[in-house]
Amino acid sequence: MSDKQQNQEDKFLAPENRKHTVIGPEGEEIHVDPLNDYFCQDLPKVEAPYKGVLEKFLNWARSESLWVLAYGTGCGSIELPPLFSPRFDAYRFGVMMRPTPRQSGVLIISGYLAVKTLKRVIRSYEQMQNPKYVIALGSCTINGGMYWDSYNTINRLDHYLPVDVYIAGCMPRPEAILSGFNKLKERIKSGNAEGANEYVENLEWYRTNQKKVIKDWNMPPYNW
Amino acid sequence: MKDIIDHLKKRFPVYEIGEGPNGVIFMSVEAAKLVPMLTSLKANHGYGILVILSAVDWLEEYKFQLTYIVNNPEEKSDLGIRVFIKREDATMDSVHRLWEHAATFQREIKEMFGINFPGSPRVDEPFLLEGWDNLPPMRRDFDTKQYSEDTYFPRPGRETNDPAEYMKQKLYPDE
Repeated sequence: MSDKQQNQEDKFLAPENRKHTVIGPEGEEIHVDPLNDYFCQDLPKVEAPYKGVLEKFLNWARSESLWVLAYGTGCGSIELPPLFSPRFDAYRFGVMMRPTPRQSGVLIISGYLAVKTLKRVIRSYEQMQNPKYVIALGSCTINGGMYWDSYNTINRLDHYLPVDVYIAGCMPRPEAILSGFNKLKERIKSGNAEGANEYVENLEWYRTNQKKVIKDWNMPPYNW
Repeated sequence: MKDIIDHLKKRFPVYEIGEGPNGVIFMSVEAAKLVPMLTSLKANHGYGILVILSAVDWLEEYKFQLTYIVNNPEEKSDLGIRVFIKREDATMDSVHRLWEHAATFQREIKEMFGINFPGSPRVDEPFLLEGWDNLPPMRRDFDTKQYSEDTYFPRPGRETNDPAEYMKQKLYPDE
């Protein structure tokens, strides 16, 4: 990488992530390059699904325990809490909320996505462990919805993340979201929900699209 | 209220005094005299709260309008002060020394309209738009739709119909 290119990328880095020198306890100089030293530089690999009965069994197990990342973008985040109230009770379908990306398998994009939020969503999605699924709520994630000509809101989510299930509506009612969860279950059981592998296979295309809108890209090659 | 306006008229070059919505009095003042006037309103007349600071882009007249609305909590009355500044290299005096939270308004206006407020804290840091490299998006010469179409992969198939034309074709196809 040339120096000029390096400087261009350094412009958006947080000060603690830039290359710097630390003085050790015995006065020795330690050169630190945080992006290389603290973050994993490897790219993810495709995890091929097992074959036959075993994969069917695993898919059944996966589909019956969908752990959702409790993260809301936009107005749909207001529609999610009633889902876990006694009236709709999503827990009977095996759906529950988890507080961190590491513990969860389903990412719900609940409504419009500003570019600033998209960056955080990508970080969260890449930190989740395989197998992982994406549900997109509302017309904003399908074609931009009422923000279709906005300067700061993306139009099509499937250009930035692999989407398994779209739920149309503005906003969809909790019944529609439950129906969407059931659709996702069917999709997982039929073995078609390979979004995580799709993302890895087409990572370059997704990255190009993401970097086109996120102009202050200051993240490692993959957010492990 | 009339006393205050008379007092302001004597001391500052105010013009276009008139009543806005909900009976709020609005007046315009020259940009150079704005900060002394707000200081006087805050110190002598009890207008101690800055309610909002907003901007309007008058593209045809080639100027920006800044509106400061100040509130008097004891008399429960608002007062609006307008300032017109040139559109080119738009710069305005900062009022963050009178109200600390004005710095946030000014930071947002710097980002959305490109009006600079020298000396205001953190005014150059991005507020909502991280890494924005185009015209400030709230300026009227910035084409939002064109930018969105160029950047965000519009899904083909979206059609907008003029309701009058559409209903005419639907109800009276022969005419």
